[in-house]
Amino acid sequence: MSNKIVLKRGLDIPVSGKAECRISKTVSPDVVAVCPADFKGFIPRLLVKEGDSVSCGSPVLADKKHPEILVASPVSGTVKEIVRGEKRKLLAVLVTPGEKQERLDFGVKSPESLDAGQIKAAILESGLWPFIIQRPYGILANPADTPKAVFVSAFDTAPLAASPEFTLGDRMADIQTGIDAMAKLTGGGVHIGLNAANYASTPFHKLENVVTHVFEGKHPAGNVGVQISHVCPVTKGSVIWTVSPLGLAAIGALFNTGTYNVRRKVAVCGPLAIEPAYADTLPGAPMSTLAGFIGNSEDARVVSGNILSGTTVGREGYLGFYDNTVTILKEGTEEELLGWMNPLRLKLFSNDMSYFSWLTPKKKYDMDTNLHGGPRAFVMSDRYYAKVLPMDIYPVYLLKACLAGDIDKMEQFGIYEVIPEDLAVCEFIDPSKNDIQQIIANGIRLMLKEME
Amino acid sequence: MKKFWTATKDAFATFLHVPGTVTRSGAHVRDSIDLKRIMIIVVIALVPAALFGMWNVGYQHQLAVGGGTAAHIWPNFWFGFLKVLPLFVVSYAVGLFIEFFSSGLRGEEVNEGYLVTGFLIPLIVPVTTPLWMLALAVAFAVIFGKEVFGGTGMNIWNPALLTRAFLFFSYPSAMSGSEVWIAKKAGETFADGFTGATPLALDGAAQYSNTVWSQFLGTIPGSVGETSIIAILLGACILLWTGIASWKVMCGSIIGALLVGGIGDLAGISTMPCWNQLLVGGFAFGTVFMATDPVTSAQTESGKWIYGLLIGILCITVRLFNPGYAEGMMLAILMGNTAAPLIDHCVVTSHIARRARKFNVTA
Repeated sequence: MSNKIVLKRGLDIPVSGKAECRISKTVSPDVVAVCPADFKGFIPRLLVKEGDSVSCGSPVLADKKHPEILVASPVSGTVKEIVRGEKRKLLAVLVTPGEKQERLDFGVKSPESLDAGQIKAAILESGLWPFIIQRPYGILANPADTPKAVFVSAFDTAPLAASPEFTLGDRMADIQTGIDAMAKLTGGGVHIGLNAANYASTPFHKLENVVTHVFEGKHPAGNVGVQISHVCPVTKGSVIWTVSPLGLAAIGALFNTGTYNVRRKVAVCGPLAIEPAYADTLPGAPMSTLAGFIGNSEDARVVSGNILSGTTVGREGYLGFYDNTVTILKEGTEEELLGWMNPLRLKLFSNDMSYFSWLTPKKKYDMDTNLHGGPRAFVMSDRYYAKVLPMDIYPVYLLKACLAGDIDKMEQFGIYEVIPEDLAVCEFIDPSKNDIQQIIANGIRLMLKEME
Repeated sequence: MKKFWTATKDAFATFLHVPGTVTRSGAHVRDSIDLKRIMIIVVIALVPAALFGMWNVGYQHQLAVGGGTAAHIWPNFWFGFLKVLPLFVVSYAVGLFIEFFSSGLRGEEVNEGYLVTGFLIPLIVPVTTPLWMLALAVAFAVIFGKEVFGGTGMNIWNPALLTRAFLFFSYPSAMSGSEVWIAKKAGETFADGFTGATPLALDGAAQYSNTVWSQFLGTIPGSVGETSIIAILLGACILLWTGIASWKVMCGSIIGALLVGGIGDLAGISTMPCWNQLLVGGFAFGTVFMATDPVTSAQTESGKWIYGLLIGILCITVRLFNPGYAEGMMLAILMGNTAAPLIDHCVVTSHIARRARKFNVTA
């Protein structure tokens, strides 16, 4: 066993509605959306027009700054509609799958026999490049960079997260090929973070050509950003790439089979999900294909992603490119008489000792979207937030630097090391109800603008 | 004026109901803790001190006019209750009006921070404080101590202590001496040879028993809420259990006080042993309830130690070496508040330097 890193800070949020490990629905959508908003730092340029026919893997969008970065269609069929919003902003490219599914053939290749340039070209050409995310900032990697290292987190500690063993256990060969390919792109090797809880039993343990790190701790211990900060912190000027296990499987499949395959098992979960389980589906598939899980409840919020950092897409929305979780929860619009004064409130969870959730550590809660308070200035001291952030960072100082737009301070307090989801638990416990992830996102946007 | 009513209406509505607001961005679920809850916990922690203080006002009055005994619990309490209640009413009425008004001006929701401040103020002033003075002091503290900085969370000094400081420097005769601590009814005079001086200012004999036990129990004259160590310890337990107050600040303050007190003992300049300093005056109340205010105390963990130590050291230094002021806690905490940003700056700068070194090693 390689080095084990124990993270004492963090919080596992006890939400009910965990997905049972079985596939209860295989989705063949009647329309698929490619949404540029899924990709951070991507400025879309359209490569198709309405009525064009596309194959699975043929490019639909390209990046304006790095035209070699392509986004591909996950199905073969015809472009049904190009959806634009205000100021003609491109929202989605809708593709209707055809009768017969054709996959573009990129050719079977072995990463061992290719050099870094050829591997990059192969990933770029296939439209799988967006799976590679760079730190700092959490945006799409620049193909011209050579990263210091590549990091993969093989476990997810987010509430109700999909189990990587269940979703990807049968794709270890692809993942191994993906690792071999990524290892050629960096001098620092591919680092993989495993969970101390199932370190020995997980199939990720058997992967080769990797540097293994074992982490023990509560959420966000499974966030790749937290793991990087304990192994090889991101500094000014250095670049680290991260890939999800799902991305590795897709990249590996590209080399092993020569095709673009982003099909995945998605955990459909949450307090309001009906018989939460997994669905086999495609990114961009409409949420209406999961109607059986959502039910008819008027006040259901449908989230693509996890309950902390996912995007509200609604029943009309689509599954995000990176997401393997769909969370369904109740809109908490009811007012509660003197709620804050009620000494017990046993149905609600709180990490704060002024409630009694600590008496029932095993209990799961039917959480809803109520804010449970009003927005206020930061009152509690830094430690209150740092208790759930296992990084060498003063969260309140970083947030205040972001609010002030002070680039120097943001740098000093560690903006390079975080992306919004790393501070999601801080946002959860914040008694002042600040939108902490939004503050970090705005800070990152400002950094990007200044760095141009 | 319309803004004022909106803010007021909103404040009362959210006081009655947790609003049905839902999350718009970021985490879709949120913890059920909010600032109202945190503030009400602090108020609950203050209740023992307030109740005891009311009783003690009655008890001291009985002692002063002669013939009273501690056994008359209810009459003593009722007397004190009637004396202290107007202080609460004035403190809340003036403070909340300003708070609602300025929240309306800023277009923000009313922050519940004043729930605590308004409760603290009557407990740290002499019971005989004239109400108009108190009103003036509250207005000063809330406007210039808090609202000009942008409201709760932005202030540098503890507003309750600013109220006391305003009274102390503007109307010293109403805030010190040997008579202000004892409430009288109209026409009453003190018994012959009576002194109502607090143990800190005591110079000679007193009517009340000035033993360590009575100091611990709190049956001595003083500001309304500060006398009973037992009641304050009860509050401290609540604050420490819920984690609202920092044990580091409290410990730092006690260690700092013992340190300077100990030096005073060794040098032979103190009138009481250093541990006794912890029991008298506003030290315990200040350490537990005022120094630990999360907004005005140091933010960083090592900063909290330094901040606490500083307050303890300053408090006893003033008590020992300054002949003008018998009590040093108020000024010690205000100085501590002033120094807190500087302490944090030093801690954070060293953190940044340490991070930079770490990066140079790993890079």
